[in-house]
Amino acid sequence: MENTLIACRGVTKFYGKSNALDHVDLEVGRGRIVGLLGPNGSGKTTLIKLLCGLLQPSEGQLTIDGHTPGPYTKSVVSYLPDRMYFADWMKASDILGLFADFYGDFDRKKAEEMCRSLSIHPSMRIKAMSKGTKEKLQLALVMSRAAQLYLLDEPIAGVDPAARDFILNTILTNYNENGTVLISTHLIGDIERVLDEVIFLQTGSVVRHQAVDDIREQEGKSVDALFREIFRAIPYGGEYDAR
Amino acid sequence: MDWNLSDGRPIWVQLHQQLTQRIATGMYPRGSRMPSVRELAAEAGVNPNTMQRALAQLEADGLVTTNRTAGRTVTEDGHVLSRICMELANEKIREYLKSMALLGFSKDEAVDLLKQWEE
Repeated sequence: MENTLIACRGVTKFYGKSNALDHVDLEVGRGRIVGLLGPNGSGKTTLIKLLCGLLQPSEGQLTIDGHTPGPYTKSVVSYLPDRMYFADWMKASDILGLFADFYGDFDRKKAEEMCRSLSIHPSMRIKAMSKGTKEKLQLALVMSRAAQLYLLDEPIAGVDPAARDFILNTILTNYNENGTVLISTHLIGDIERVLDEVIFLQTGSVVRHQAVDDIREQEGKSVDALFREIFRAIPYGGEYDAR
Repeated sequence: MDWNLSDGRPIWVQLHQQLTQRIATGMYPRGSRMPSVRELAAEAGVNPNTMQRALAQLEADGLVTTNRTAGRTVTEDGHVLSRICMELANEKIREYLKSMALLGFSKDEAVDLLKQWEE
């Protein structure tokens, strides 16, 4: 098994004329929890979709476990999209069945136990679930796979602090030791202590990729404080300031 | 005692400090088995690698010993424990004198006030 799980070389993605990712070079190892941080529109979701194989890069190369995104990588990547993709008439048990059919590494028993601890009844319909419950259900499904790479796109956006703690704890206790978890978010303060390293994206480029404690050691401040500083110091560019 | 990871210092340093305190106050009694890295990490809500680093430092301090089969245990060495208690006490004294100095009290005045102090 190679030590590098994700490798990106000069990855670029255009949407028409606008440049969502600009020559991204990146290497991420195994057994890490990595934060993908950046303001809105910095390219976080685009990078995640490229890693899932939902998008193709305009230029550059990208591999997961030595393979370009395709059937093999899809079997080892567990993806939590930024929005729910299940039909709202489905029951929790329907979705469990769907995951069991699609993914060989899905541990149905584990997912059922997680649902029980969340008091989600198998016969409950998506329609009847609150936003937080939907998020937690999706996370339970995604984390019940024994994947090599978990791609979690904004897993804690829009849920209350107690649910946030639950989600973070679920991630911590359920990822497998050879697997890497990539979490995109802009709620850094909540998530910082669970991360090994962070990647800062700014207008489609990686501006920083470093271990959390190295940043704290060097800068004498939290990653949250550093983030606010970096993305406030730039007068133009980046939607954060343009808003 | 809850975990408090609020400031900008490296997280492992804060964990190490709080673990030391827990051992000094007897929350993890001498000779007892420490909870596992995973348990501690889940309890504190931190990354297991970060907790591992804090525990490695405790080991380097001589506060815990790793046993191949039984995991980590708190040291039974009284010298190490009393040395750690002294270090923590010195830190508190330094903090006290520093805050008193900010209020305009000299060291002697601060000591006198402490002697006269009744709850």
